Amino acid sequence: MPLFDYSLLLTGQYHDMLVAGLLLSLQLLAASLVLALPIALVVALLRLSPLAPLRWLGFAYVESIRNIPLLAHMLFWYFGAPELLPEGIKQWLYEGHIEAYSAIIALALYTAAFMAEDIRSGIRAIPAVQFEAGRALGFGFMGTMRRVVLPQALRVTVPPLISQTLSLWKNTSIATVIGVAELMYQAGQVESATFRSFESFAFASAAYLTVSLAITGLATWYHHRFPVRTI
Amino acid sequence: MLEIINDYWVYFLIGQYPNGPLGGLVLTLLLASCGLVLALPLGIVLGLARVSPWRWLRWPVTGFVFVVRGLPLLMVIFWAYFFLPSVTGVKTDQFTTMLIALVIFDAAYLAEIVRAGIQGLPRGQMETARALGLGYGRAMRLVVLPQALRSMLPSLVNQFVSTIKETSLGYIIGLAEVSFIATQINTQVFTKPAQIYLILGGTYFILCFGLSRFAYWLERRLARRGMSVADPATAPKVSA
Repeated sequence: MPLFDYSLLLTGQYHDMLVAGLLLSLQLLAASLVLALPIALVVALLRLSPLAPLRWLGFAYVESIRNIPLLAHMLFWYFGAPELLPEGIKQWLYEGHIEAYSAIIALALYTAAFMAEDIRSGIRAIPAVQFEAGRALGFGFMGTMRRVVLPQALRVTVPPLISQTLSLWKNTSIATVIGVAELMYQAGQVESATFRSFESFAFASAAYLTVSLAITGLATWYHHRFPVRTI
Repeated sequence: MLEIINDYWVYFLIGQYPNGPLGGLVLTLLLASCGLVLALPLGIVLGLARVSPWRWLRWPVTGFVFVVRGLPLLMVIFWAYFFLPSVTGVKTDQFTTMLIALVIFDAAYLAEIVRAGIQGLPRGQMETARALGLGYGRAMRLVVLPQALRSMLPSLVNQFVSTIKETSLGYIIGLAEVSFIATQINTQVFTKPAQIYLILGGTYFILCFGLSRFAYWLERRLARRGMSVADPATAPKVSA
């Protein structure tokens, strides 16, 4: 046996398994991101609300999610939560891809808590006088938001959101514990079928690293294209 | 739920100890503490290398930090799990494997915290120390690092919270930490998974929330003291 067998990774059954895993990981990333962003926005607005009970609700969400490891979230959503549902829905769920749905729910809720904090601090970073100045210049509420406040807020908010996306990408690997056939799971399967642990983990590591570096590159590009302006 | 706690709390806290290996919440805390204590000196060395003026030191360490931060912790654990025995020739147990993975992973993150702490200081600190005749090493050790480490303190507590959360991944290599024990209890009780995992989540929450509040308190306290000693305009910002 050669020391490092490339052919295993380039063609054939094991190649297909690893690529399918990578694609599923990317799908988990996309689905969780699409769900997490609106939840994060709502939670950030709750935390900035003038009403104390709503602020407390936002605070409770963020803190209760952030202080529990993602693994525990996954275990709860996979093993625990479906048991609480009525029998009919439970049956229907178990016939489908319940593990993938549980993983997406856990990932989206977990990521949203971190993103909400980034959005909140991005909005808070814009001094209130910016809004007042916009209104004083004769812009309406929407005009002020669109032309004065949001462009500045986005410059501050997007970079941390990209770095949360990077964390989300790495966190998709944890879905392996509830049996989602994503990249980490497939690498483990190929390893146990072929005993070529070095090859399969090298493939998975290279794939994780490539996507991570692409996301980091996106952050660097954004930083150059839209630098934060200081007054 | 109370019934489960009543029946299994000892198992949950310490696993099979003293009739078997130590496990549960105590093992989680032990692993997180050992991990952070061992990762801290390594993180400081790597952080210093990241800001060092010597390219041959800075570049490889920067590469290492980028690779580790680009990989999921699970991947680092797998590498440690499959390669430690084949490299050292000794079958390492799950605790050692997990500890080594955590130290490598945390050191890379701590290196960035140290770097931010050092770069957050005004340049004048280093320049003054050098002007007073201290060499680079002594200027770093006597002037820059003590200040940087002080402003890092809240970040360190937060890193401890992260490490506690990270130990849960020992689950996947069969380490009997608290998440693994909860799953063991789940297979014994069988009918109450939601309650068991809520207890697990609640346990992590109490621990981590308490610690992160402590970090928050520490940050405000340090910021206040920093203001009273130095001129507010040049006072180092407490790194986020």
